[in-house]
Amino acid sequence: MSLSSADVKRVAHLARIEVSDAEAEATLAKLSGILGMIEQMQAVDTSGITPMSHAQDLVQRLREDVVTETNQRELFQSIAPLIGNGSTEPATENGLYLVPKVIE
Amino acid sequence: MAFNNTKWEVVIGLETHTQLKTKSKIFSGASIAFGAEPNTQACVVSIALPGVLPVLNKEAVHCAVKLGLAINAQIAPRSVFARKNYFYPDLPKGYQISQFELPVVGMGELTIQVGGEEKTIRITRAHLEEDAGKSLHGDFHGMTGIDLNRAGTPLLEIVSEPDMRSAAEAVAYAKKLHELVQWIDICDGNMQEGSFRCDVNVSVRPKGSDKLGTRREIKNLNSFKFMQQAIEYETQWQIETLEDGGTIHQATVLFNPDTGETRAMRSKEEANDYRYFPDPDLLPLEITSAFIEQVRATMPELPHAIQAKFEQTYGLAAYDATALTSSRAIADYFVATCTAFGGEAKLAANWVMGSIAAKLNEENKAIAESPVSPELLAGLLKRIADNTISGKIAKEIFEAMWAGEGSADSIIDKKGLKQISDSGAIEAIVEQVLVANAAMVAEVKAGKEKAFNGLVGQVMKASKGKANPAQVNEVLKNKLGI
Amino acid sequence: MINRSLKQLATMLANKQISSVEITSEYLKRIAQHNPEINAFITLNPEKTLAQAAAADQRIAQGNAEPLTGIPLAQKDIFCAKGWRTTCGSKMLENFIAPYDAGVIERFDAAGAVNLGKTNMDEFAMGSSNETSYFGKVQNPWDRARVPGGSSGGAAAAVAARLCAAATGTDTGGSIRQPASLCGFSGLKPTYGLVSRYGMIAFASSLDQAGPMAKSCEDMALMLNVMAGFDSRDSTSLEHEKEDYTRKLKDNSSDKPLAGLKVGLPKEYFAEGLDGAVAKVVNDAIDQYRKLGAEIVDISLPNTMLSIPVYYVLAPAEASSNLSRYDGVRYGHRASQYDDLMDMYCKSRAEGFGAEVKRRILIGTYVLSAGYYDAYYLKAQQIRRLIAQDFTEAFKQCDIIMGPAAPSTAFNAGEKVDDPVSMYLQDIYTIAVNLAGLPGMSIPAGFASSDDGKPLPVGLQIIGNYFDEARMLSVGHAYQQVTDWHTRMPEGV
Repeated sequence: MSLSSADVKRVAHLARIEVSDAEAEATLAKLSGILGMIEQMQAVDTSGITPMSHAQDLVQRLREDVVTETNQRELFQSIAPLIGNGSTEPATENGLYLVPKVIE
Repeated sequence: MAFNNTKWEVVIGLETHTQLKTKSKIFSGASIAFGAEPNTQACVVSIALPGVLPVLNKEAVHCAVKLGLAINAQIAPRSVFARKNYFYPDLPKGYQISQFELPVVGMGELTIQVGGEEKTIRITRAHLEEDAGKSLHGDFHGMTGIDLNRAGTPLLEIVSEPDMRSAAEAVAYAKKLHELVQWIDICDGNMQEGSFRCDVNVSVRPKGSDKLGTRREIKNLNSFKFMQQAIEYETQWQIETLEDGGTIHQATVLFNPDTGETRAMRSKEEANDYRYFPDPDLLPLEITSAFIEQVRATMPELPHAIQAKFEQTYGLAAYDATALTSSRAIADYFVATCTAFGGEAKLAANWVMGSIAAKLNEENKAIAESPVSPELLAGLLKRIADNTISGKIAKEIFEAMWAGEGSADSIIDKKGLKQISDSGAIEAIVEQVLVANAAMVAEVKAGKEKAFNGLVGQVMKASKGKANPAQVNEVLKNKLGI
Repeated sequence: MINRSLKQLATMLANKQISSVEITSEYLKRIAQHNPEINAFITLNPEKTLAQAAAADQRIAQGNAEPLTGIPLAQKDIFCAKGWRTTCGSKMLENFIAPYDAGVIERFDAAGAVNLGKTNMDEFAMGSSNETSYFGKVQNPWDRARVPGGSSGGAAAAVAARLCAAATGTDTGGSIRQPASLCGFSGLKPTYGLVSRYGMIAFASSLDQAGPMAKSCEDMALMLNVMAGFDSRDSTSLEHEKEDYTRKLKDNSSDKPLAGLKVGLPKEYFAEGLDGAVAKVVNDAIDQYRKLGAEIVDISLPNTMLSIPVYYVLAPAEASSNLSRYDGVRYGHRASQYDDLMDMYCKSRAEGFGAEVKRRILIGTYVLSAGYYDAYYLKAQQIRRLIAQDFTEAFKQCDIIMGPAAPSTAFNAGEKVDDPVSMYLQDIYTIAVNLAGLPGMSIPAGFASSDDGKPLPVGLQIIGNYFDEARMLSVGHAYQQVTDWHTRMPEGV
């Protein structure tokens, strides 16, 4: 499967990483190399083999339904990023995290 | 609804997000109590700090199995949690933990009644997932505020087949499901607080076609009234678009209750590619038959079983039986009333569905909050049944009971409301009335039946409503020789 | 003092020959002297460190000491430690002060160990040379122009240069074992699930596993005694009965202490791609095992070559999702200028992540995207099972598997940094172990000369069956009693 610069930009957008055209072009060669290496897998016949998602063949443990956590908002919001765009205030207000306006 | 339904058929499917009645979040020990200050219930896992991991809440699994049993569905012996990847500020991990290929509950069904007809709606699946946080669009320097208290709240998403063919059917299904999740006690059903929210997929197609049209999804409906309005508007819009030669594009739309219209969401315009894959932090969920049996043992009797019992044991009509099983609390109330009363169940049914329901409705109360307990109501019914009081007096006593004035017997005593069944006493009153209403007596004798009723009314009035009406009739007829 | 084993240090502390504050100060002095060049540590906090040491001394005085009480350890900067800056080698977390402790950190704290500082690492553990760190590359103490390996490169250099008594690392595809091989010390990746992942910043969740990096197998056993154990906050943590990993460490009482041990040599680990000088060192070590009484058998792990493509599908896929939380909303880097929400996301992530991390996020996003999932992700998971089955078959023929840990000795900084695929091949002998979830370790086996005549360490990899860490450590310990490779120290430190 060959990759195009447009593919790189599409994937970068899905991953929310800004890439310039030049960066997409430069990344393309490296990603193509990696994907080329990955292509080796296609030669293997895997029909009937159960995919392995975990290193252990175990089942999920269940937690008792108990409230164990306490309010640590102040601590957690002490590491909030700054708003940016000229504001050096932390991106929190009235206990809320602040982000650019979300349009629905 | 005034659309051309001879040409078009509407096809509707529902995805219902049911908030489960647990104490803690689905993957962490943070509280899910409603109404806390922003982010005070957002623990390390809720805000997705680096390095935190999810551990599944047993009670959430319990709830899912309960629903599976209630809709007669297959419970998956092994189901898998997957990550649904997308960026949104109220989704702190950048993915939602949900179930994709292997949901916990498989195909089931729910029977609804619309216009006197029964219809079975198939339920494709139900899966466990976590809720997102909330975006608050207040004025924070032109920014949006994010509250992650709700992030990680356990949800059971219940997905129906596109089996509904009208807004009425869709609403009936949603109501029935709403009743059921409360009945089995997995959801508080509070729609204002978002505990029960529906996404409705609507498409239209020419009548007779077996191909599905392109659907649009109306997001986040949290009232049955809005659901009805939204579906009707959306259906009309799709038909008009098609009749005008347009095409329907798959879209997510929002309903605006102020305008009664639906419109496509701007932020979801781009095609989503959620890149689902099994969550490596969670192992497959195994549900053993022993676990299922444990849950089954805690299950209450389901509405349809109780309906059948009401019809058989109490001889109620199907309509009454259905109404009395609209919630577990009502059914329990009714059964308690019947037990304490011991008389004719139909009388109890009439009172529960009549006066009690009307009062609750008027005061916006749940039956659990009724000031008239089943025992109190039964006390009243006994006095009706043994003719101590008339139906009319009963209503008066009921009002007093509702106002907290005590039992029916004490009110009857205190207010002297006991029905007069002593024929001597009734005859005395009748005599007085005949004397005082000579003109009416003459009319009766001239054959005017209306005047007879007038005399009965006068006797009842004179007895302050306490005279036994049947006896009054008899005595009057005797005295008047008719 | 700097060459003492953990057990010796513990004895000295117990006998009041030395205090924890003294040992700790000595290491802090060495760090102050050498770290400006070696760059093994990203964050130091002498005040916090010495306070811990003083508390440990009190505990020792009270007679409640545990084996690691008062011992200064270096923590990989992938573990959240409350109040410590925890960067994971990334600009994204340059200012992230962890508000909670990882399970591993809690265990060391409870044991009374002293946190010397947070060690350098490849950004989000993605790399095999420590060159992807935002906080600069790390020098290999054996040859300062060369890389220490990665991703636990800072920990590796710190152990090799004796800037700590021992260190923690994490290993997703070889990040403990390959640097152990390149820097000449002992490093163990335990069975997946043995050590809690809670609070350990995730790279590829189904592969990540923390383990000890130390001067000897005996030291690793003591470290593992603290690190291993069930943690209810990690769904993949194993409810395995508590073990004493020192219990099988025996003094060689005869010429052939390993008689009866069957060692399997996978032919694929000695095929094309293995440096000749490395092969010679590894073969000599195996001869030594023969002398110790082990029976050597040839085995095959036929799908070894596929482990790299499988890993470079699965690990980036998991990583692309694990790293989505770094969005500039609640913590971490937020771009200083942006137009709207989308722009804030894209810029914050473009600025906060380095080139290799971005590459892996893009690969991972691509292989999971619509239309490619089956051909890449599902296929890789199926082959992962074949690779795990190779080991199941192999362990029917032997007790322990041995081979090289890395295909070459330490390479020069900058040599492979622009060729990701050749860098990825560094992990050819280590990755399959992570895919299978098995324990693996590397111990010093000798030296090979570099082009300019410098001795460069070579590691011997020992792979065990699930939960066989105690035996692996005893097998390594038997070798370390008859060789002195593990006691050698680079010059100039």
